[in-house]
This record gives sequence, C-alpha cells and structure tokens, in this order.
Amino acid sequence: MAAAQVVRSEWTKIRSVASTVWTLSLAVVVTLALGMLISALSKNEFDKMSRKDQLSFDPTFISFAGMSLGQLAMIVFGVLVVSNEYSTGMIRTSLAAVPQRGTFLFSKIGVATGLCLVVGLVTSFVAFFLGQAMLGEHRAHIGDEGVLRAVIGGGLYMTLIAMFSMGVAVMLRSPMLSLGTLMPFFFLISNILGNVSATKKIGRYLPDQAGSKIMQVVTPIDDDTPYGPWGGLAIMVLWVAAAIAGGYGLLKKRDA
Amino acid sequence: MIELEGLTKRYGEKVAVNNLTFTVRPGIVTGFLGPNGAGKSTTMRMMLGLDRPTAGDVRIDGRHYDRLKDPLRYIGALLDAKAMHGGRSAFNHLLCLAQSNGIPRGRVDEVLDTVGLTAVAKKKAKGFSLGMGQRLGIAGALLGDPRILMFDEPVNGLDPEGIHWIRNLMKSLAAQGRTVFVSSHLMSEMALTADHLVVIGQGRLLADTSMAEFIEQNSRSYVRIRSPQRERLLDVLHGAGITVVETGAGALEVDGGKPEHIGELAAQHQIVLHELSPQQASLEEAFMQLTAESVEYHAHTDTPEEQQAWGDGWKGN
Repeated sequence: MAAAQVVRSEWTKIRSVASTVWTLSLAVVVTLALGMLISALSKNEFDKMSRKDQLSFDPTFISFAGMSLGQLAMIVFGVLVVSNEYSTGMIRTSLAAVPQRGTFLFSKIGVATGLCLVVGLVTSFVAFFLGQAMLGEHRAHIGDEGVLRAVIGGGLYMTLIAMFSMGVAVMLRSPMLSLGTLMPFFFLISNILGNVSATKKIGRYLPDQAGSKIMQVVTPIDDDTPYGPWGGLAIMVLWVAAAIAGGYGLLKKRDA
Repeated sequence: MIELEGLTKRYGEKVAVNNLTFTVRPGIVTGFLGPNGAGKSTTMRMMLGLDRPTAGDVRIDGRHYDRLKDPLRYIGALLDAKAMHGGRSAFNHLLCLAQSNGIPRGRVDEVLDTVGLTAVAKKKAKGFSLGMGQRLGIAGALLGDPRILMFDEPVNGLDPEGIHWIRNLMKSLAAQGRTVFVSSHLMSEMALTADHLVVIGQGRLLADTSMAEFIEQNSRSYVRIRSPQRERLLDVLHGAGITVVETGAGALEVDGGKPEHIGELAAQHQIVLHELSPQQASLEEAFMQLTAESVEYHAHTDTPEEQQAWGDGWKGN
C-alpha cells in the first residue's frame, strides 16, 4: 500500500466535509478578533498599569491572546477529524480499504497536521500584525529579538494542540467523550493548576502551559519557569507524542 | 477464494464464533446463514481484518487481509449501509476510497452509474434513504472491480424493488465468475440466490453443503391425503404397510410416500380422495430445525418437536 495513495484519500476526506472548514475558520476568526480586541484594550490600559506590569508588557504575547479561545476550535477540529470516523461507522469502511492501521492513522494525522500548520502559521502572523497595529506606540516589530520565533511558535502551538486532540480522540473514539475530556482539561484544570501557587509547579508542565511559553518574548520579572521557549515546546511535543503513541497502540490491537 | 481455519472469537466468557472452518469458493454465490446473533457479522469482520480472531486464521487467496496490496481490488464488502460519513457526498465518499487503493477516478462514475446513483452523486449521504445508502455501500464494494464480493444482510430493510435489484445483482456478479459471499438470516432469501450454503448457529458450523444437497437432506417430503372415507383409507394404508400420521386438521400424512402409489391403492379399494398432494416442508422450517438444535445444545429450551406439536395443536383448534 503506497502511503501516498492514503494521504490523497485522507485529503479528500478532510476537504469534503463541512465541519473541517467551519472549525478551522472559527479558530482563525476567534484568534484574530479576540487578539485585536485585547491588544486594543491593552493599549488603552497601558498608562494605568503598575510599573512592574509595564516592564513585563509583552506586545507579541498580547496579540496572541485570542488563541486561548481559538485553540478550543483547534481542539474541536482535531477531535472531529478522528472521531467522525467512529461516530459515523466510516472507520470500518476506511480500515477495510486500508488495513495497515499505522499507514491509515499516520496519513490521517499527517494530512490534518499539515492543514493545521498552514492555517496556524497564517493565523499567527496575521494575529501578530493586526495586534501590533492595535497597540500603536507600544508595538513590537517582527525583526525584534525573539519575535519571529514567537510568531512561528504561535503557529506551531496551534498545530500541536490539534495533534494532541487527535491522539486523545483516537484513544477515546467518541467525539463527546473526547471533547468532554479535552475542553475542561484545557479550559479549567490547566488554568486552575497554573494559577494556584501550590500547584503551579505541576501546572506548567501541562501541554498548553509549556507550549505557550514559545509565544512569550518578554519574560515576566518574577518568572522562575525552569524551561525556555523551545524547552516548553519540547514538553508539549512529548505530550503530543505520548497521546498519538497511545492512540496508535490502541488502534493497532483494537477491534474496529 | 476465502479460507477459514479454526476461526474463533471470544468476548470475555462469551464465544461469538467457535472454531469455524470452511472455504468460500469462486464462481458461485455462497449463502452464509444463521439466526440473528449467530456470529455472521463477527465472522465477516474478521475476514476483513477489522476484528482480531482469538484463535484461528482467515486467508484471502492465500494471504492475510492486511497483507493485500490495495485490498479493494481483491475483495469488496458491504458490511453496514451506514458505515459512511453522512456529511460527505456520495461521489466524495467513493473518491476517497478509490484514491486509497489507487483506483482511477473514472471508476467512481462507473459504479455510481451501476447502482443508479448518478443523479444524486453530489448529494450528502445523510439525506439518503436506507435503500440508497445500501446502493452506495454496494458501489463501494464494486469500486475495485474485485474478484470476491461480500455482503452482510444486503436486503435488510429494503423495499421489494430494492430486494429484487440486489438479488439480480448478486446473480449477475456470480455469473461473471466472481466469488459472492452473502449473509442472511432468511432461508427463503438464500434459496433464491445461493448455490452453496454455510449455516452457523451460536458461532458453530452447522452445515457446509450445496444448496441442492441441503434441500434434499433437510426438507421433509410427504404426501398429504384427505378423504371422506378416512377410516377405510387408514385400514387400507395400514394393510399395505404404510405408516400414516394423522394431523389435527383431519388430513393424513405419509412420510416419503409416493402419491402415485397411494392414489392407485385408493382407486383399487374405491376410496374417494379429496386431496392427494406431494408436500415439502419449507426450507425455512428445515433451517429453523437445524439451528434450533444448536440452541438446544446450549440451553434448556423446548425441543423443536414439542414446538411443532404445540403449533399444530393451536392450528387445529
């Protein structure tokens, strides 16, 4: 079985359902709109901020503020790409056509990841420039130190979030179960663990918190995070690898 | 050719498929028969490599399913009419299957035409009726022009027109020399289409025989007689050494008797007959008897004889 055939097939699958277009469009729109809004608000608030906050002010990171919501749409996209196969029964047709389950899974994840990467990078760059336009005199420039890394990192972050969701969805199969696990995890648990001082040290090793470090250009003054931007991204990559490996292991031995 | 050897599937304590060994031969329609829950679908899923056998082996043309390069070119299967994404158009559903097996795009239009879905090719599958979904599933099975075709309960829930269409399709596929393996829980359906029969009950193989042989072995043939001079006729038949069974409706039945012989006997003794007809127990009855035995083997239920006696008594009243 030529993997190229399966990749073409997965591309047809992904482009021929409306949910793909909708969730990705939503991710883009929400990330851009919310990023612009928060950038504009930050500009107006800047003079009222404390001296410490002004020193920690990170215009690049601010322009990515919309990702906190936009990533939820990426999660939905990742979950749907995989769990649609299960909820519709298509998985049996798919695996009868491509019985090499590894080829099937990695082609599917590969195609979806490629699409996410393109959408994520475009979104990240546009979010940066729109956000900076809103920030006016407090803006950062793409040539400033660490900024380009942060902007590319924003695209990688969105892609990795979607990949992690795909891995979880392969394990859990049901879209409701997958979303019901991922949404509270990223929206509540991660935030709670990250903001309560007692659990902060654990919280920062969660995929979203570790991964979002790459989008920071200015390190907050009292920050004691033990990893840098790329270290954080590497932690997120480990989470993604674990989720996909777990999914692959289950898919390999499970009855379809 | 599909070969099963000692195929077994266990779910915990429950044995869904129990040590099945049989071969599906090319060029004929093989009917795969069993009551609901007999393990037919599980067996078919194992043939396609979807479920892992607990023990045993299935080979398609000598190879494991997942060793086939572009499997849709070897074997096309309709497992479940709803095994597709409802949001995808019929054309795109078939296109993604075709691409995964390196089948040219033009073939998609061909199979859509074969199953009569060309007009709705761009419509989403979720708007399809059960019959249309079934046709789309069959189009998917035909896509790779495979030598082997497998259909799981293809006529389930179809209207008479759809049933007729599928029957003719299966016959024409077999006439082209292909291997056709079709499951059903309806013996009457199989009698119309299958050349060979594999019967399972509770996951165990009950019969693996040609249709003609199955009919000969399993259908009871008898002669039914009605006469206003019943007592005289009984005496005459007893005198001739023929065993007669009296049924509740006032008729007499002679197992394996020849109507010519009985008619001549009656004529010799000038007995008036109102009915003298050769009868065959329906295949459905034969099938039920066969599978009922497998049920009886495992659980304490009424024996088929008792069930029949009970039914006859009710009919007589």
